[in-house]
Amino acid sequence: MISIAEERAEAVRLRARFVEEGAQNVDCAILQPAETLLDLYGEDIRARAYVTHDPARGEVMLRPDFTVPVVQMHMETRAAPARYTYCGEVFRRQEDDPDRASEYFQVGYELFADRSPAQADAEVFAIFADVLAPHGLRAVTGDIGILASAVQTLEISEPRRAALMRHIWRPRRFRALLDRYSGRTPPPNARKALLKAEDPLRDAGPMIGLRSEAEIAARIDALRADAAEGPLCRSQVELIDTVLSVRETCPFALEHLHDIAVDLPGLTPAVERFEARCDAMAARGVDVDALEFEASYGRTSMEYYDGFVFGFLQPGRPDLPPIATGGRYDALTERLGQGRAAPAVGGVIRPGLLLQMGGRA
Amino acid sequence: MTLKLGVPSKGRLMEKTFDWFGARGIALSRTGSDREYSGAVDGIEGVELVLLSAGEIPRELSAGRIHLGVTGTDLVREKLVQWEQKVEPLAELGFGHADLIIAVPAAWVDVTTLDDLDAVAAAFRDRHGFRLRIATKYHRLVREHLRRGGVSDYQLVDSQGATEGTVKNLTAEAIADITSTGETLRANHLKVLDEEPVLRSQATLFRSRKAPMAGTDRDALRELEEMLGV
Repeated sequence: MISIAEERAEAVRLRARFVEEGAQNVDCAILQPAETLLDLYGEDIRARAYVTHDPARGEVMLRPDFTVPVVQMHMETRAAPARYTYCGEVFRRQEDDPDRASEYFQVGYELFADRSPAQADAEVFAIFADVLAPHGLRAVTGDIGILASAVQTLEISEPRRAALMRHIWRPRRFRALLDRYSGRTPPPNARKALLKAEDPLRDAGPMIGLRSEAEIAARIDALRADAAEGPLCRSQVELIDTVLSVRETCPFALEHLHDIAVDLPGLTPAVERFEARCDAMAARGVDVDALEFEASYGRTSMEYYDGFVFGFLQPGRPDLPPIATGGRYDALTERLGQGRAAPAVGGVIRPGLLLQMGGRA
Repeated sequence: MTLKLGVPSKGRLMEKTFDWFGARGIALSRTGSDREYSGAVDGIEGVELVLLSAGEIPRELSAGRIHLGVTGTDLVREKLVQWEQKVEPLAELGFGHADLIIAVPAAWVDVTTLDDLDAVAAAFRDRHGFRLRIATKYHRLVREHLRRGGVSDYQLVDSQGATEGTVKNLTAEAIADITSTGETLRANHLKVLDEEPVLRSQATLFRSRKAPMAGTDRDALRELEEMLGV
């Protein structure tokens, strides 16, 4: 058993390493306003975070991570480039897995830089790789931006594209949408009946609630337009599948993606960004030739990352949570900044897991 | 020591439970005045009747303060994390049927599935500036169901009673509640989605996996199980 004091000491040690790399040490309140986090992550976060009630402030949440408060703090000055480090406890409910820790330390490094994302991504990854080098972990990288730009280039209507983008972090729902658009799953019977009806709202009965008749009519129009749109070409779905299945070391992944971009030219800028990142990482001494890349990495568990993503895992233990995770979260900063983004990339280490691993080795 | 059997303390659920046990040779009854919550067991030795609110029975089972209890599957699933590790269902009693369902205004002719609900939630948030509200008291079950269904951009608002009225009162856009016949829903101009309910529930006899048992309790439990045929 690792004591809290040991975990804290390790966290402080790691934070000192990040300070050596030029990061400014910051701290954040443990009690965070629940509304901000609920608006960002949706209702699901209630299952993963502790919500409590304050008589004056309403619902508050024990911080489930530092990212949101650090972004908010950065937004006050917006001085870029800026590098922050922090360490402290985060709190996670473990309803499905009560054996996992519900309170543990995180040590983070976050970089806000308006220019050259490739350089910023490479800097953050190289620092984590360096700090974690003594532990012999397996590093995996990915890039949500590649899937996103594949969706951007699909030949489909804007409402369909928006629906796919909205569910990019929910692989099952994303797949169900693709199956629907490509005609693989037929529309439910109720939908067919609705579309056939001349005046679907005639027998609707009394209108109750906030959603107005005009909103219902607008959705029916949208459904009619959707039904009139031809099916998404199977070959396009296959291109998405091919992109998602890319899983090899960076140089091979890059080659593979360049090949896919021949059929999907819209993908080229995203692939070039990947290439620039590989070059920047190599220049910082990262062994890019051996570094793993999975196009679907980080799709399920890291829902605010929208570009580069990475994780450091215990070799041979896929059942355990990653020791460190990180990535780029430009869209999150844009939402917190009410439309003004502050491009950022960062990550966290869990010192408790590092210590546990050391004990076993 | 005695084996403690928790039974809902009032109403049809209590009467039907008494009937179910009675048909199997175990007479349960309330003793004392109508207002006093104490009971008697005839037909078997070593079993004690504890009258409780149906909503408290899951908690008492998981704390091991009662050995057996009759309550709805819905309450056990909602209130107990990892319920299978805390209680074991012994028998479904064949009454108290109720489904936990999601209902929307009947006027939403464009909504019959969770996919529709999700699409509407996204449009609603754009239009109204807040997440579509679903009133319920079954927070965990409903949230898990919607997560599996890929629904986002909604929020759960707590409603401990008269949930069907929340839409008309503009405090929610949809509801998730227990229904047995659907009449209250229709009277409030709501309709159930055309999908499997969040949960099908009925009155069920549960055994606590946490309650300590002496040797005589084990004997009493064996005898009881034999008489009940479970």
